[in-house]
Amino acid sequence: MEVDRKLLEHVAEIARLKLNEEEIKKFLPQLKEALEFFSKLKDISTDKVKPSFQPVELKNAMREDKEGQCLSQDDALSLTEHKKDGYFKGPKAI
Amino acid sequence: MESINDFIKNVKNDEIDIVEHTYKLIEECKEINKEYNYFNTISEELALSQAKEIKKQLKNNDKNIKNKKLLGVAISVKDNICVKDVETTAGSKILQGYKPLFDAHVMQKVKEEGGIIIGKTSQDEFGFGGFSVNVGVGFKVPKNPFDEERSCGGSSGGAAGLSQKLSNHIALGESTGGSIVEPASFCGVFGLCPTYGRVSRYGLIDFANSLDKIGSIGKNIEDVALLMDVISGYDKNDSTSLNVKAENYESYVKKPIKGMKIGIIKEAFGSGVEREIEKNVYNGIEDLEEEGAKAEEISLELPIKYGIATYYMIATSEASTNLAKFCGMRYGAVEKLEGSFNEYFTRVRSSNFGDEAKRRIILGTFARMTGYREAFYLKAMKVRTLMINEYKKAFRKFDALVSPTASILPPKFEDIEKLTPLQHYMIDVMTVSPNVAGLPHLNVPVGFEKNLPIGMLLIADHLQEGKLIQLGSAIEKGK
Repeated sequence: MEVDRKLLEHVAEIARLKLNEEEIKKFLPQLKEALEFFSKLKDISTDKVKPSFQPVELKNAMREDKEGQCLSQDDALSLTEHKKDGYFKGPKAI
Repeated sequence: MESINDFIKNVKNDEIDIVEHTYKLIEECKEINKEYNYFNTISEELALSQAKEIKKQLKNNDKNIKNKKLLGVAISVKDNICVKDVETTAGSKILQGYKPLFDAHVMQKVKEEGGIIIGKTSQDEFGFGGFSVNVGVGFKVPKNPFDEERSCGGSSGGAAGLSQKLSNHIALGESTGGSIVEPASFCGVFGLCPTYGRVSRYGLIDFANSLDKIGSIGKNIEDVALLMDVISGYDKNDSTSLNVKAENYESYVKKPIKGMKIGIIKEAFGSGVEREIEKNVYNGIEDLEEEGAKAEEISLELPIKYGIATYYMIATSEASTNLAKFCGMRYGAVEKLEGSFNEYFTRVRSSNFGDEAKRRIILGTFARMTGYREAFYLKAMKVRTLMINEYKKAFRKFDALVSPTASILPPKFEDIEKLTPLQHYMIDVMTVSPNVAGLPHLNVPVGFEKNLPIGMLLIADHLQEGKLIQLGSAIEKGK
């Protein structure tokens, strides 16, 4: 696995982060070091082992399909300045 | 020193004017904060209005007022737990100004039981750190209560530091990989992180959803048990909440420990652990033996050797998806609406997340990417299964496992600056694995060296918090 500038910029783009030159220089060796260390997990044999997505056993939590109370439209819109006609306003999609 | 239960009694019997008391306490918090940076926000208005309400209800002799478990007790809240109408940032610039429209489940419980909310405590941004130095852009770093040039641990740093400094107070902390016990150890207080799912996460700002747990930090074991009593239990609003019987944790305080079996984790002692720390932890084990517990060594290879890699792969993977929602829409930081969706989101995120948040998002995004997912993310989830099995096997024989909470004394800020991110991660070696396995764990202060506190880590099987309180209380008694 080669962690290079190209890969770092690609991953950052997927994560919607734009790194400046200084950050790239700083993060690249740091991430390389960390990922090399994390690679040691490959030394453990996990054949036929099931992954634990939760640490304790959980069942699907379902609720009845009934209408309940939720935030009012006014409240939901109260935490941002970007709104119009009762809707959230976002940047251009197209 | 009077205990919190004595304090509550005095409030109920009207021997303390709760409004006057709360006013003084808030002033004290302001003074402490000037020097130590334990608060992101002091919720003076809320605290005083709660105190006035309690005073009124006491005067009117309201029916339920005397049954309230936390009546008049100051409760501080880690800044990643939502408190209605009080700024809640999780220590991040991207949430500055965010005032939740609702209370987290634990806050509803605390309010119902008469706890007075004094403010939001400082932390690493979203919980990303072990020293509380990775605070968000523009936030202040909390300092160790015993030496201001040193760290108070993290990520619940403000909560632990304040617990040491402020009497008649209990703190709500949160742990993903050790963020309750490690700062508790560095600040010389008790910190209890419960079983995953024991306390509802509704209203907690996610870091890693399969790892996050809300718990309590306090000066005495009974304080920690009392708050845990109030906050634990099933909540339908958290789909990972465990639907199990309630426990009376306070009943475990001072309960005899004769015949309990303690496993000393062999790999957690020796190389890499400061000698003074080992010595003090062994003193703590001797205290337990004097009270009738039996201790013997056990080898647990996976947790110490592979805990860091397993934890960081799971934690960063989950963090990278959980933090995707912070994009300058609906709440939190905004910028001028310019450019396309992706340009806007990228601009908001790049200018508001701190360095460690960016690093973890990148690590986690990488670990989940096509081509790497099997080797990193899924591999870590499988190692987690093996780790849980190893612990479960140990708990067939032992009631609790013991190690130091931290392998070093609270470090100086100037030394922390020299660490690479990986070296920084390695500091969590003792605490990550019980978190990966969702096991309850407790920091117990066991001594001082060079005027700095040392903590012992006790780990129990799922839902066995009571045993930890029992053992912690036996050591407290010996002090």
